[in-house]
Amino acid sequence: MTVKTATGSAAALPKAGAGSAGKRFWAWVNKRLPVDEFLASQVTEYYAPKNFNFWYYFGSLALVVLVLQLVTGIFLTMFYKPGEATAFDSVQFIMREVDWGWLIRYLHSSGASFFFIVVYLHMFRAFLYGSYKPPRELLWLLGMLVYLALMAEAFMGYVLPWGNMSYWGAQVIVNVFGTIPGIGPELVLWIRGDYGIADATLNRFFSLHVAAIPLALLLLVALHLVALHQVGSNNPDGIEIKEKVGADGHPLDGIPFHPYYTVKDLVGIGVFLVLFALVVFFVPTFGGLFLEAPNFEPANPISTPADITPVWYFTPYYAMLRAVPDQRLGALLLLLAIVAFLFLPWLDRSPVKSMRYRGWMSRSALAIFVVSFIGLGYLGMQPALGIYVIIARILAALYFLFFLLMPFYTSLETVKAVPERVVYHAH
Amino acid sequence: MRTEAVLAAVLLAVAACAPQRLPAAEEGAARFGADWESWRADTNVADLASVQRGARNFVSYCLGCHSLKYERWSRLGADLKIPGTLLEQDLMPPGARAADYILTSMPAADAEAWFGKTPPDLSLMVRARGKNYLYQFLTTFYVDPGSQTGANNLRLPATAMPDVLSELEGLKTAVFRSEAHPGAPTEQVLDHFEPLAPGRMSLAEYDGFVRDTVNFLDYVSEPTQLERRQLGVWVVLFLLVFSWLALLVKREYWKDVH
Amino acid sequence: MADHAGVAGSDEVDLSRRKFLTRATIATGAVGAVFAAVPFIESWSPSERARALGAPVMVDLSKLDPGQMTLPVWRRQPIFVVRRTPDMVKRVSGHDGELKDPKSKDSEQPSYADNELRSRTPEYLVLIAICTHLGCLPKQRFEAGELSASWPGGFWCPCHGSRFDLAGRVFDGSPASVNLRVPPYSFPKERLLLIGADEKGVAS
Repeated sequence: MTVKTATGSAAALPKAGAGSAGKRFWAWVNKRLPVDEFLASQVTEYYAPKNFNFWYYFGSLALVVLVLQLVTGIFLTMFYKPGEATAFDSVQFIMREVDWGWLIRYLHSSGASFFFIVVYLHMFRAFLYGSYKPPRELLWLLGMLVYLALMAEAFMGYVLPWGNMSYWGAQVIVNVFGTIPGIGPELVLWIRGDYGIADATLNRFFSLHVAAIPLALLLLVALHLVALHQVGSNNPDGIEIKEKVGADGHPLDGIPFHPYYTVKDLVGIGVFLVLFALVVFFVPTFGGLFLEAPNFEPANPISTPADITPVWYFTPYYAMLRAVPDQRLGALLLLLAIVAFLFLPWLDRSPVKSMRYRGWMSRSALAIFVVSFIGLGYLGMQPALGIYVIIARILAALYFLFFLLMPFYTSLETVKAVPERVVYHAH
Repeated sequence: MRTEAVLAAVLLAVAACAPQRLPAAEEGAARFGADWESWRADTNVADLASVQRGARNFVSYCLGCHSLKYERWSRLGADLKIPGTLLEQDLMPPGARAADYILTSMPAADAEAWFGKTPPDLSLMVRARGKNYLYQFLTTFYVDPGSQTGANNLRLPATAMPDVLSELEGLKTAVFRSEAHPGAPTEQVLDHFEPLAPGRMSLAEYDGFVRDTVNFLDYVSEPTQLERRQLGVWVVLFLLVFSWLALLVKREYWKDVH
Repeated sequence: MADHAGVAGSDEVDLSRRKFLTRATIATGAVGAVFAAVPFIESWSPSERARALGAPVMVDLSKLDPGQMTLPVWRRQPIFVVRRTPDMVKRVSGHDGELKDPKSKDSEQPSYADNELRSRTPEYLVLIAICTHLGCLPKQRFEAGELSASWPGGFWCPCHGSRFDLAGRVFDGSPASVNLRVPPYSFPKERLLLIGADEKGVAS
């Protein structure tokens, strides 16, 4: 008897003996879940430009670090005890009394810093090759949301050990919200859940750090990848490879992501892990940059550390906050500094995407921006005195000019001719 | 082993360049102490004998007021390779069990009353302030009749801690000079120390005592640090091998790409 | 990997080198992954604190009268420590037919407790006070005839009715099928019991 399906055609079961047990199993699965279809469209038949260079490692590396943080974070949560009275001690418990606790902790603390190193280099690639320009505006915005979520995640994570810098860092940053006109003080009280940074603050930061923001991050990263695959990746020449398609329907300058980029990214991952291991096993505090000395003392509401500075990845913005003598304006400037990134796709009027073909104005502007960002980062770690403040103001001005003048220098400058096909040298 | 040899060589090189606290024989006490801010601990946690001596020093001179509340006696014994019987006889106070945390017998309330401050727990002091800070703290006590305890300290001025090691180090006074700074208040800078009375130890012996104690506190700050570095060598080597293999695979596949 | 404009076809020699290198790399990666998993798995072992709290427990027996029982805790488990009277010792024998495992072949006890009385000395009985059925704490029923006319004395579990004799051996008709377990223990001094350590050292 033949079984008819809903469309009236005869349903065919796989014949006994048609392929190995493995093949039959996957055939059964694929009828019910589009595994093969997904792998083909996203990996084995997904074509990426063949001219990816060094700057293209950092996307997959960011994913690796995300997984690392999730796994080490889950394990830390098994032993960490949130709460004013228990947090600091529980971290020592992890470091000294849990088998391999010290390693899991260092992986997580170093991972946080490496996450930002990777993400900043990943973002810089977009600046180099115009990866935020149409049709990738949404890809860029989603990436910015990932960045914002990451900053929130890192900030809250830093409070959890309840060291003295955790406490005072939280105090300072939460107080910045107090500058918002009208609702400021109420908002700060609401965020803290108490009259100062307290147990209530710690516990809610724990929940956000462990559950809420990781979920948001996963969603945003997934959307970011979907947006990427929708339009296809940019490349160092800024050429849209989909515009030149071969007889087989695939871009002439493209290669399947698997095996070519899976294999290449594996090398990137290996080298990254070497550098990561060097830090984790030999310099986990990284001279006080990754694990700050004052945080080895428990939170003390009546004793401020000599210099309250945020962790290195926030210092560029911190320097801008302090550069302005007015607290409210400083906070506004900090907000604008981050928001500025969101407007890039529309500020950039250049007819070409990649720096390779842009004029000297764009290149100089980018160089100055990089110097400003790094300079501000350094200044954010110093006490806000004397010459440091003056230079911070200059660099902050240059930082904003990069964005404000962009519509002008990108449309005025002479650009070079963009080649028809990507520039590729075998390697 | 190789890592330790390299580490030792590097440390020796650094030590040779580091300012020596002990003054050259001819100079004597002439400008002794003038360079105190650049004195370095120069300790190595891998030096087990030094850490063991430091443990003994700590129990004899520090445990009376300071606890090591994150470290257990049994952990101390295991890491420092001190057999149980010796640990119990020489180091552990009577009544303490091996699994107990290393706590001081001084009640916190009493300490607060006597000193104005509870003596801090020292488990993480080296990670919080640095071993050079601790070394300088223990070597720059001087007699100060104006202070509560009769002593003061250059590293931590107006410290609530009395000069408990004076019986070993001896007593010294500090001679200051004024240094004018344009646009800032004049600063009192140490000119030199003047020895007042000798202690039970010579300058060199006391120096070694302090280094051993700081070394011990360095170990307590992070008991797993030696294990961490030893394991790290293997992990990095493995990852280098893996990366090299991955590179070979990559090059092989990318022969396809033109 | 066939004819694509950006990708050339590969020949036989390449394929075997390709396969070998890929396999070598995957194998190395797998080894690395296993080593990397070890710290996470081992982190679940009892921590230093658990091991410290799980240290052997000293029990002072000088205050324990004959016929009495005390219930110290070792490694979060209650322990029966019973000082058996000579009469209680006699009541251990004579009902082997009613026991599921009279020779203690299936139950867990150290070598020195592998005898009829299941203890080092006739006088003191040391058992882990967890019913071998589903883990409740059995109650003492030491008097003869307490539970029934032929009851020789022992333990009765209130949860599902398992019964054990004065050496901890399980009776027929009980839901439990294994005799009560005996922990490692020793007597460092007379009238001093150390639960959790014996000639072999501290229990792992």
